[in-house]
Amino acid sequence: MPIIKLEHLRKVYGDVVAVDDVSFEVEAGEIFGMVGPNGAGKTTTIECIEGLRRPDGGSIHVLGLNPKTDGYALRERIGMQLQESELPDRIKVWEALDLYASFYQRSVDWHSLMEQLGLADKSNAHFAKLSGGLKQRLFIVLALLNDPELVFFDELTTGLDPQARRTMWDLVRNVRDRGKTVFLTTHYMEEAEWLCDRVAIIDRGRIIALDTPENLIRSLDVDSRVVFSVDGTFEMEPLRTLRGVGRIEQSGERVTVYGQGQTLVGDVVNVLTTSGVRFRDLRTEQPTLDDVFLTLTGQEMRD
Amino acid sequence: MRGLRKLMLVELKLFLREPETFFFTLIFPMVMLFVFGSIYGNKPVEIFGGRGTVDISVPAYMGLIIAVTGLMSIPISTATDREKGVLRRLRATPVRLQTILIARIMMYFVMTLVGALLLVAAGKIVYGLRFDGNALYVFLAFIISALSFFALGFVIASLAPTGRTANIVGMALFFPMIFFSGATIPWNVLPDGVQMVGRALPLTYVVKLLQGLWFAEPWNEHLLKVAVLAGMLIVGVVVSAKIFRWE
Repeated sequence: MPIIKLEHLRKVYGDVVAVDDVSFEVEAGEIFGMVGPNGAGKTTTIECIEGLRRPDGGSIHVLGLNPKTDGYALRERIGMQLQESELPDRIKVWEALDLYASFYQRSVDWHSLMEQLGLADKSNAHFAKLSGGLKQRLFIVLALLNDPELVFFDELTTGLDPQARRTMWDLVRNVRDRGKTVFLTTHYMEEAEWLCDRVAIIDRGRIIALDTPENLIRSLDVDSRVVFSVDGTFEMEPLRTLRGVGRIEQSGERVTVYGQGQTLVGDVVNVLTTSGVRFRDLRTEQPTLDDVFLTLTGQEMRD
Repeated sequence: MRGLRKLMLVELKLFLREPETFFFTLIFPMVMLFVFGSIYGNKPVEIFGGRGTVDISVPAYMGLIIAVTGLMSIPISTATDREKGVLRRLRATPVRLQTILIARIMMYFVMTLVGALLLVAAGKIVYGLRFDGNALYVFLAFIISALSFFALGFVIASLAPTGRTANIVGMALFFPMIFFSGATIPWNVLPDGVQMVGRALPLTYVVKLLQGLWFAEPWNEHLLKVAVLAGMLIVGVVVSAKIFRWE
């Protein structure tokens, strides 16, 4: 049985259709990601699943429960990190953990969670004094207090610096390795690609693609790129005739060759060398989910 | 009611860590008592019906503390918690809304009561405060007064979109009420015009009820005041239950 089963979810705010006919299933033990630009409907969807918002249409089943009617029972069994939520400024870390643990029928030892997430030496710090990364760690601990079967992370890494973001990724994987199912949203394609077993790409309230990151990239025949700089004049013709090469762009001394196939880089380098072109700073760029999004929607991710 | 005890304890700690609420609830009324006590003493005077300044001020300042909690502490902290997402975070757990509200109301009541008891102790020790009434009756009047103002506070908190707005609305109600109700300046020295305004303010009924019972006047002279406050309590609870928002 799927952990989450969503059928034809619809949510409308006034005249705006925030979520339009969204259906998918999340399986036990996977990290499932919803990715898309801001305002695409990610948070609305996740909050309908969590039971914090009431959908206008469709059906939702989470752990076999209906979030609309079984909200309290559901919240005993899931954990959430929310976007735009805070704790009181002057609450201490240990007080928050002790308090939130008392809300559940069953809760794990928060001391060891605090230890594991590197918050032990902040035990007596006031919430307002914590850095953004530490606040998010605290919210992860809050989401794990009841030993939930399913954990939600809504834009967990937004506003964090790159290093803190990487740490968060490790923590999320760690949560999954404890046998929990993870549902997350992000507007960083890179994050979804790195972290998720399966990704649903959402744009303007609709799911436009859903698969593993690898399949999404492969299925769409998205080009890889070979990028290099040249000194002096440069003839494109020899490259054009190569198998697998698509477009070639030149801007100043920078050249980008778009193409596919395992041998692309080798072939390009070969041609350049034999035709005596002096090139430097050559690198390849593999297609990413960003390219998938671009291919599917015809636009860059709007940030 | 899972979590009620811990929630109350944490709310109490947070209240005591907030310098503004701590000062206005527990310190400020005592400062007032010492300032006016040192100017006028507590000798019986005619204008107060044979009572001293401190005698009439202690029950009046109880009204002041109730107004601080109901019109400032509750609206500002509740609206701020909603604005910042503190309530949202609570709602992501199985804790019930009524548990949160009961914990907060009990905490506010305890702190308001502590403020009142500090006043009584200071008045008694320093100025030989006189008390003719029945302590249980005064306590009952204190309960209904406090709860009716708390209910008003939650209505303001429900209506105000942000902590700032709640602050402004609370202040706009607080200052006229404490000056025109007898809570700070004794009712008998207020000019007629101000008394006219004062009769429209609920805090006036709190002050008169507490002072009346303090000096052993019978309940049946104060039924209208009790009715006004009970009405405010009922309307406040019904309205805020209808319009309260988590976010």
